[in-house]
Amino acid sequence: MSAVADTHTQEHHHGPARGFTRWLLTTNHKDIGTMYLVFSFTMFLLGGSMAMVIRAELFQPGLQIVQPEFFNQMTTMHGLIMVFGAVMPAFVGLANWMIPMMIGAPDMALPRMNNWSFWLLPCAFLILVSTLFMKGGAPNFGWTFYAPLSTTYGPPSTTFFIFAIHMMGISSIMGAINVIATILNLRAPGMTLMKMPLFVWTWLITAFLLIAVMPVLAGVVTMMLMDINFGTSFFDASGGGDPVLFQHVFWFFGHPEVYIMILPAFGAVSHIIPAFSRKPLFGYASMVYAVGAIALLSFVVWAHHMFTVGIPIAGQLFFMYATMLIAVPTGVKVFNWVATMFRGSLSFETPMLFAVAFVILFTIGGFSGLMLAIAPSDFQYHDTYFVVAHFHYVLVPGAIFGIFASAYFWLPKWTGHMYDETLGKTHFWLSFIGMNLAFFPMHFLGLAGMPRRIPDYALQFADFNMVSSIGAFTFGATQLLFLFIVIKCIRGGKEAPAKPWEGAEGLEWTLPSPAPYHTFATPPEVK
Amino acid sequence: MRVHAKRAGALLGGLMFPAWSQADWTLNMRPGVTGISNDIFSLHMTILWICVAIGIVVFGVMFWSIFAHRKSQGHKASNFHENTVVEILWTIIPFVILVIMAIPATATLINMYDTTEPDVNIRITGYQWKWQYQYVDDNFGYFSNLATPPDQISNREDKGEHYLLEVDNPLIVPVGKKIRFLVTSNDVIHSWWVPEFGVKKDAIPGYINETWAKVDEPGIYRGQCTELCGKNHGFMPIVVKAVPQPEYAAWVSDQKAAAEKERELTQKDWTMEELMARGEKVYQTTCAACHQPDGSGSPPAFPALNGSPIATGDQAGHINVVFNGRAGTAMQAFGKQLSEVDLAAVITYERNAWGNKKGDMVTPKQILDYKKKQQ
Amino acid sequence: MATNQTYYVPEQSKWPIIATVGLGLTLFGLASILVNGSQGESTTIPWTLFFLGALIMAYMLFGWFGNVIRESRAGLYSPQMDRSFRWGMSWFIFSEVMFFAAFFGALFYVRTFAVPWLGGEGDRGSSAMLWDGFQATWPLTQNPDPSAYPGPKEVIGPWGLPLINTILLVSSSFTVTVAHHGLKAGNRQKVKLWLAATIVLGLSFLTLQAFEYHHAYAELDLTLSSGIYGSTFFMLTGFHGAHVTLGCLMLIIMLVRIFKGHFSADNHFGFEAASWYWHFVDVVWLGLFVFVYIL
Repeated sequence: MSAVADTHTQEHHHGPARGFTRWLLTTNHKDIGTMYLVFSFTMFLLGGSMAMVIRAELFQPGLQIVQPEFFNQMTTMHGLIMVFGAVMPAFVGLANWMIPMMIGAPDMALPRMNNWSFWLLPCAFLILVSTLFMKGGAPNFGWTFYAPLSTTYGPPSTTFFIFAIHMMGISSIMGAINVIATILNLRAPGMTLMKMPLFVWTWLITAFLLIAVMPVLAGVVTMMLMDINFGTSFFDASGGGDPVLFQHVFWFFGHPEVYIMILPAFGAVSHIIPAFSRKPLFGYASMVYAVGAIALLSFVVWAHHMFTVGIPIAGQLFFMYATMLIAVPTGVKVFNWVATMFRGSLSFETPMLFAVAFVILFTIGGFSGLMLAIAPSDFQYHDTYFVVAHFHYVLVPGAIFGIFASAYFWLPKWTGHMYDETLGKTHFWLSFIGMNLAFFPMHFLGLAGMPRRIPDYALQFADFNMVSSIGAFTFGATQLLFLFIVIKCIRGGKEAPAKPWEGAEGLEWTLPSPAPYHTFATPPEVK
Repeated sequence: MRVHAKRAGALLGGLMFPAWSQADWTLNMRPGVTGISNDIFSLHMTILWICVAIGIVVFGVMFWSIFAHRKSQGHKASNFHENTVVEILWTIIPFVILVIMAIPATATLINMYDTTEPDVNIRITGYQWKWQYQYVDDNFGYFSNLATPPDQISNREDKGEHYLLEVDNPLIVPVGKKIRFLVTSNDVIHSWWVPEFGVKKDAIPGYINETWAKVDEPGIYRGQCTELCGKNHGFMPIVVKAVPQPEYAAWVSDQKAAAEKERELTQKDWTMEELMARGEKVYQTTCAACHQPDGSGSPPAFPALNGSPIATGDQAGHINVVFNGRAGTAMQAFGKQLSEVDLAAVITYERNAWGNKKGDMVTPKQILDYKKKQQ
Repeated sequence: MATNQTYYVPEQSKWPIIATVGLGLTLFGLASILVNGSQGESTTIPWTLFFLGALIMAYMLFGWFGNVIRESRAGLYSPQMDRSFRWGMSWFIFSEVMFFAAFFGALFYVRTFAVPWLGGEGDRGSSAMLWDGFQATWPLTQNPDPSAYPGPKEVIGPWGLPLINTILLVSSSFTVTVAHHGLKAGNRQKVKLWLAATIVLGLSFLTLQAFEYHHAYAELDLTLSSGIYGSTFFMLTGFHGAHVTLGCLMLIIMLVRIFKGHFSADNHFGFEAASWYWHFVDVVWLGLFVFVYIL
């Protein structure tokens, strides 16, 4: 036993392996976190360039650049890649890097499975992206892939798409199991649940959501697979099925999925705002309860995506009320963040800029969400650009700004260098302007009656579409700057101290910067 | 209500785009022309103003902190981090606001769902990519196709005023009557939306959804399909013409007479020229979107008809494909979509247009016989 | 202090990447088989990829689990590690529960809403206009469009084979518990006997299930494509059957390990995990028996 323990301690002293095998075979949570983040950014650029194609086509009325068929493939792939390839892996990457360091654990609970969770993703996306080159083209039915457009009327590549989704699902479920096991089992002695950092709390709940709903997504794509290839009639009325059944099952996954993409950002922002306000987070306990409430409510609101499909009035009312209720815990979180800033000692480094923009713009997205929750009004908003504006407001300045804020906040810990503050602020302001220019006019377009997912539009929509495209190009181009900033920061820059931010709290700041390859081999004591 | 809208629009516009507010940049929803669309509009404005008010308070506090509590201003941080009273208050107040909001929303929703006692029943069927309107009570119906010329879409021609929002046969409805729409689909899910009516209902294949409208003012109202339904989702607009009751009654009796005449036409003896002339029209509205006006198609999804083995093969095979479609491809079954005359005309046209010089013709009677055999 | 023992973090491992390649090939091959098949193209290469992927997966499973077993037997795992495995397995089973929930949900939706609507009842009852002569019944033997989906002649009643299968599975849950008690008491003879009995019960279940499927296809015209009844019936029982197969494999491996002298009275999580899984498939079956066969 003692011999084993000895080799074991030694293991923790040597650093990473050399060469490509370091990444291929690694079990180290920091390596895996890095790979997730790099993969996510790659997908962000790929999905982003598809968005550029969309915005270029919509720059003017008329068909200029792509045909409607390809346009539909672009909207579909843009959505899928951004949701499953960019946002989710980015948060898993942050979880991998930060959760063990935040709770004083030596690594993730199941390190080999952690590696598998990651490597499944590039494989799944290889299959998904390869559909673009297949006969009949890539999936063209929107990221929500409603049957029967995606079954009876789908292109042949749909079957590949289904298996790609299965692989992403397996990856997410294993990743989530790992996060839960780590949080529940590997916390440093003394760190009770209500002492956990909020990022860890939000990820615990996110992981629960993932395990609960990814299998449901797997179930619904399996039903599609059977309808397409084995003659079942789940989504075909002539055999007694119902296309709307697809939507119910899909959105039972889809709504919690929305929170999966935002809760970890809530957590990260709840670290960044106190750090740069130099003041403890206001209402820690209510933050935790609010996240819990949001997660639970997310299971009973799915049909608000389907107000126009003809669900019975009782269902319609139930889902309207439940959806409106979500505004309460979400409001609590926003109020808490503002109260944290109130009478603090504020400074505005890049992470804080992104975090403050997050609070403001996410709240705007929340407001339009509240408007969409009012079922009668939703009949006018549904499937128009108002919805497009709404979910881009919660996802771009919500999820993506949350990720940028986290990246700038923790880059010094990861690389041991400070990033270039001027460039960081430039990145922020250009993103902020570009994003608002791109998405705010979409509210007006939707209210004026422009449906979503159309490659060409009536003349009264021309002006705002042009503004929106200009904004989108600005936002898109700006992201290359982020790549430059990160590379620059990895290669050099001012040495980062263990705790580069005056007001930051938590175990991760007790470690040197850059964090050693293995940390907390012996758990610290938390008082 | 309208004043309200304009004021809100002007305010928003003035705030955001001071220099442009004179230009035609529509910012807000329109109140519409039905009771329900007006109710929806006032719900929309109420919730919008509630959001604006909350936004002003929350962002006000935030901007005050950003302005006054900066480290660079030498502000020292306080250390408070909870306050039970405040936290309970800002949980309860939003809840109360929501309850107040839910009351009118519920009333409107119940009203929207009340499709009882209609004066007129119209069945709306979505097709890839056009709408079919059937006047259930009067037993006639027709298709409504995009009327914008392809050249405008491909920028070879200037775009007209109602670019992409114009159709060949608009839906005609009477004003002041309760019209019940029975919405369904023939293939994928579509969604029938006329913003001015506050009516949007998904067309689900195999199911019928009901909705209704009572139009207050005569006029032409335009909308679009709002559920992604494939390639030409952006090209299946909706145009509704609301006319006074007498005009509507006259139109209905015309339509009934025309439908009767159409049935008679089937029995008529057609000449090649007549069929070709009619066939060309049918082809351009029904087939050209996929197979192209010159029959060149866009392979592989949409094969060329010019020189195709089917269009130049035997008549039975040709009729069968047009009538029943091709399973597993985008080729639809037109047997139930087109009249016997139109089927005969378009098949004759395809066999003799472009380089196809078969020289034979398919008559409406042949189609009728074919139909009988199918049953 | 259990929590203060060092937590075992394995060094580099080749298994995850092998698993990725294996799974990727299997699924890509399977998709190609389906797509090429439906287009009448050659499926030789897809089948090759599929089998190659499956072989790699099998190799990976042996290797990866072999690794874990060796580490466990070398005493590298602390009680804390054991808890990680327990959390992992519990949440994995929860994810499986949700997978089945999707299919049960589809069944409930179709029975409560879709089929009655098509038959003219309820909020969307006017849908019946589209389906002349359709009667909403359950089991649905006459589909809305019988030419597209010819219905089954008859469906399988609960009180024949399904009842026997229920008895088999419930008793197998009982036998596996007895085996577990034997293991905890250090009575290895008892473990071998009762675990073997469990496996026999599981395999008998699968055999009867195969008979039932044959009967359905050959005599009742109850198939995957006989409308929504066949769809839900085969989807639920089929995925359950696949899980029983997996559970049986797990138990067989446990039996082999028992014979090789693995596990001790207080350290045998591999065995426990397999038995948890077995109880889970048993509970799912009870749900199936009630909602698919009886009601």
